[in-house]
Amino acid sequence: MTDYDVLLVGGGHNGLVCAAYLARAGKKVLVLEANEPLGGAAASREFAPGYTVSSCAHWLTHLSPVVSKDLDLERHGLQLAARDLDSIGLAPDGQHVTVTGNTVQGAGLSPEDMQAYTEFHRKTIKFSKLLAKAFAVRPPKLVESNFTDRVNLLKLGLGMKMLGREDMSDLLRLALINMYDVMEENFDNETLKALLSFDGVLGAHMGPRSPNTVFGYLYRRVGDVHGYNGPAVVKGGMGALGTAVADAARAAGVEIRTGSPVEKINLQDSRAVGVTLVGGEVIAAPLVVSNADPVTTFEKLVGYRNIETGMVRRVSQIRMRSGVAKLHLALDGLPQFKGLDNTQLGQRLVIAPSMDYIERAFNSAKYGESSALPALDISIASVHDSSLAPAGKHVMSVIVQFAPYDLREGWESHKEQFTQRVIDTISAYAPGFSSQVVASELLTPVDLEREFHMKGGHWHHGEISLDQVMMMRPFPGATQYGTAVDGLYLCGAGSHPGGGVMGLAGRNAAQEIIKRGAQA
Amino acid sequence: MSNTHREQSDVMMLESPFHSRVKAANELNEWDCWAGYTTPTKYFDVELEYFAVRSTTGVFDLSPMNKYSITGPDAQAYLDRVMTRNISKINVDRVGYSVWCDDAGQVMDDGTIFRLAENEYRLCAYARAMDWLSWCAMGFDVNIEDVSDQVAALAVQGPTSCSCLKAMGLEGIENLKPFGIAHFDFDGEDLMVSRTGFTGDLGYELWITPHKAEAMWDALFSAGESYMIKPIGSLALELTRIETGFLQAGVDFVPAQDAVRLGRSRSPFELGLGWLVDMNKPVFNGKQALLREQREGSRYRFVILDVDGNKPAHNSFIYQGKGKVGTVTSAAWCPTAKSNVAFAQIEMPYGEVGDDLVAEIYYERELHWTRVMAPCKVIESAVFNPPRRRQTPAPAY
Repeated sequence: MTDYDVLLVGGGHNGLVCAAYLARAGKKVLVLEANEPLGGAAASREFAPGYTVSSCAHWLTHLSPVVSKDLDLERHGLQLAARDLDSIGLAPDGQHVTVTGNTVQGAGLSPEDMQAYTEFHRKTIKFSKLLAKAFAVRPPKLVESNFTDRVNLLKLGLGMKMLGREDMSDLLRLALINMYDVMEENFDNETLKALLSFDGVLGAHMGPRSPNTVFGYLYRRVGDVHGYNGPAVVKGGMGALGTAVADAARAAGVEIRTGSPVEKINLQDSRAVGVTLVGGEVIAAPLVVSNADPVTTFEKLVGYRNIETGMVRRVSQIRMRSGVAKLHLALDGLPQFKGLDNTQLGQRLVIAPSMDYIERAFNSAKYGESSALPALDISIASVHDSSLAPAGKHVMSVIVQFAPYDLREGWESHKEQFTQRVIDTISAYAPGFSSQVVASELLTPVDLEREFHMKGGHWHHGEISLDQVMMMRPFPGATQYGTAVDGLYLCGAGSHPGGGVMGLAGRNAAQEIIKRGAQA
Repeated sequence: MSNTHREQSDVMMLESPFHSRVKAANELNEWDCWAGYTTPTKYFDVELEYFAVRSTTGVFDLSPMNKYSITGPDAQAYLDRVMTRNISKINVDRVGYSVWCDDAGQVMDDGTIFRLAENEYRLCAYARAMDWLSWCAMGFDVNIEDVSDQVAALAVQGPTSCSCLKAMGLEGIENLKPFGIAHFDFDGEDLMVSRTGFTGDLGYELWITPHKAEAMWDALFSAGESYMIKPIGSLALELTRIETGFLQAGVDFVPAQDAVRLGRSRSPFELGLGWLVDMNKPVFNGKQALLREQREGSRYRFVILDVDGNKPAHNSFIYQGKGKVGTVTSAAWCPTAKSNVAFAQIEMPYGEVGDDLVAEIYYERELHWTRVMAPCKVIESAVFNPPRRRQTPAPAY
């Protein structure tokens, strides 16, 4: 006998969302989280006395409104300090480009480019709406599909057809190619092209010329479909979202144990029967749901030797080496960027002045080096939320690309130099910036892996690319949250639809588990 | 890896370490290709070579066989995950036969596993397997090495084989049990002998370092002269293995990794090898799929047919009444058992032991083709299985 119906390994936001839905369906759920804070990559940390940042994801761009409403996250404390922010592509000459929803402005922009952007936005949102529909349900299986799968496939096909002949053929063409070509085809302004193409490679081990980057861009735009007309900032940092989801889960009846790392998932006759915690405590349950990424789940928790080789082969081949670092800076005042006034400092600032700049930054990562001139996504959340820094001070959070997971020289000896390089890069746009930095913290992919238990430090738990999405995510044979190990489910970003603080992987997994009922 | 015998040759085909001796003995100069090696189909006469195995001793060069060394603390656990059978039941100095499957429960190959020491195994396989064996090693502390070129091997098979080896100086060889392994000194090198073979007769396989191969051949043939020792080619071996009911990978089934068309591979159950599958093991490749097959039923059944008449049922369709229910994969007139044997894959649920079926046989005499519809019966086991194959001490003929 066992006290729980479901053990949830990992209290990341998807795990908590999954747990909450399961508890609402009457299951007795225990969440086991290795860290103290809950929410996984939706986390905040005080990296220097008085200075707090979102330690992994720093913009809220994707959170599913359905999840938010179902779990009543606002009642559980989720507040946005700002939303629908602009994305500003910084140009060295101060001729910045500002994207606000479906419009773009900037001194150097031609009317044609402005119009082209609005049209480009219309079309991409149309495509992303289609994706958003597919994201809200389990991915169909291609072989052995049942009625539900066929209906979902049919809907997807019908949705594509409904785009109209021109847009449909455009989607089929665009989805497979790269941002560089699409940008060249649509726009003249280099800063605009770079700003948009950076969205296509954000978080990925890809440059603008890599295939799949248009898909990456459409993936970002699903956030718009979810109601985010630009990035949002969570009050208290992203960790507050983690806390809200945890509170919602508790309110639904979920039991949560933090500081309880799982050592392994126990199997009996190839069926998951519970877990063993680090320290030896054994907890039994008929169902185990892993919020960990698929590689961590099968390599570390289940053990490759306990599953069949074909599956090991698939798991081990998932591409999930991150090229992204996070830099946190404590500032003794607001920085002064050339060509930006203070009201613009709370927007999303992007340093990626040209597509070639990003591509060159990526080239380094390909060869195990960090970028000489990294591309940056900057958030100064303290502009919107004074609780994050002491009065008059500010915190800056920077997504830095590219910083390869497997840096050839190793990260320990390189961290200081790389931190300085990022600060210098920003200084070129904000004179005197480096003297404002009073404390810093660099989280390399290796640190992110250790901190958040994400293999390869990959914030999506596996690259978002056409070979690893939908019915291929995380790998064929485990696409509908269930796995070849009976009683073991996946509910993290490694599963469909993927990462970003969205919550749909957790929700879809819960729905699948509930649907399978006793058969699960 | 030792490539000495390869370097001696500038021809396209590889040569076995015994090549100089094989070539000298090959009166008909008829060759085939086996795993990239030039290999004799027959030396002087297929029937006489066959009768050497059944009446005296036949020697077959099996050096081209793929051999993999599997060592390390996890060697047994590793093999237990790869193989369908329980590896822990194979003791040191014993040999086990097994098949291995992919995740779909389809047979990739069959082979013999030699346990050389506590954590040391050697796998002999029909197909190249390094790629798959390496994939299987993830998560195990195990070292896998292709030692195909490092071991020369001869099969010494037939009633007088034990006498031949004794005459060669292998003291006490008669006490070696079937599937046992013994070691002897040969000219300062280790000569490993296993009581194994592909003929279903009393017989042994000799394993030695390649640079002693020719010397061993000479010693064996000189010691065996009075026991009527003869070299045999692949065609005679083929007759013996059909007579004794052994499957041949690539002939009686398509290795799963080679099958291009959906549904052309076979599970162990469909090959009559269910006895090699140990469902009590917590995990092995193919287990999930094989459990499903046990629940849902197999598609095919492997049968041995006793066919009327003396025309081998090569490539025949098999009928039950008017319906076509299967095809023949191997067929031969078996001289010692004096029966016309065929292996066939029959669609379920047909082909139970005792069932009467019909083989559609085509044969040609001087450009004249004849078709016979030969009645045949599904028999329970192979037609040749002499007591001497199992007796220990081995009988001295």
